[in-house]
Amino acid sequence: MDEIDRRIINALQTGFPISERPYLEAAQALGLSERELLERLETLLQEQTLSRFGPLYDAEAMGGALTLAAMRVPEERFEEVAGIVNGFQEVAHNYARRHTLNMWFVLATETPEQLRDTLDEIERRTGLTVYDMPKITEYFVGLKLEA
Amino acid sequence: MLDARDFELLAAIQLGLPISPRPYRDIGLALGMTETEVIARLTVLKRIGLIKRLGVIVKHRQLGYRANAMIVWNIPDAFVKEIGRRISQAPFVTLCYQRPRTLEWPYNLYCMIHGKDRDTVLQQLEQLGADCNLDRFDRQILFSRRCFKQRGALYRTPEPAAPAELAHG
Repeated sequence: MDEIDRRIINALQTGFPISERPYLEAAQALGLSERELLERLETLLQEQTLSRFGPLYDAEAMGGALTLAAMRVPEERFEEVAGIVNGFQEVAHNYARRHTLNMWFVLATETPEQLRDTLDEIERRTGLTVYDMPKITEYFVGLKLEA
Repeated sequence: MLDARDFELLAAIQLGLPISPRPYRDIGLALGMTETEVIARLTVLKRIGLIKRLGVIVKHRQLGYRANAMIVWNIPDAFVKEIGRRISQAPFVTLCYQRPRTLEWPYNLYCMIHGKDRDTVLQQLEQLGADCNLDRFDRQILFSRRCFKQRGALYRTPEPAAPAELAHG
């Protein structure tokens, strides 16, 4: 990844035109040719620097449900429990964190009822308490990570 | 209101836009829509917020963001909305949520700071504490140790599936 790739990533995290020639417009704003922008995006996707070039949906507006859940997993059972949790397709992210609550994961399901069922099933299969921490309010953040 | 064709369109682009000079025409060809219709529908979907944004979705760890902290505070209910709003305005804060307390976990305000090194994140946190007068509240800092799994959550819309993604760790 070079300086131009960084500029592309930084600029196109905040928006992409919805117009007939969106890559041309975006390229012009960056001082690049349309062809160069297309080629570089292709490469960044192939190298998996980008997970996607496209839309980020509002999952809840689409009818889906999300929650954040945490567990206190005994160190000696960590790998086993991570395997169980990750095996659920509803688990979108799972992170180990430094705390007594040491496993934190995000669940995403098509309906709110499925969330509850999945949390219950994780408790049943692991024998551990799952703390459900659904969001009450999401504060607007212009999520952008400088490349 | 949204109709079936909007959902078809959302499903068609969920994993990405074509990397080609006329991407909206190409999408339309696959769906039997004109380029004009695709552009008009996407403009509305974006305006109403169903599409939060359009563009590059990065893998933050690939970009070197490995010092990622979730910070949780116990803020009195009367102040939590105001403080949440202020925290979310800091340029280095990447997510900010109010969540319910539980008996064992008294924290009700969560934010993420994604950083490339731990010292920078801790400095930013200190600055946040000073700017938002947070030092009087109990808090915990949870750096991520390992990422086991990270993918865009795939949603089945009436037709299949829309990704939503949160950079949590």
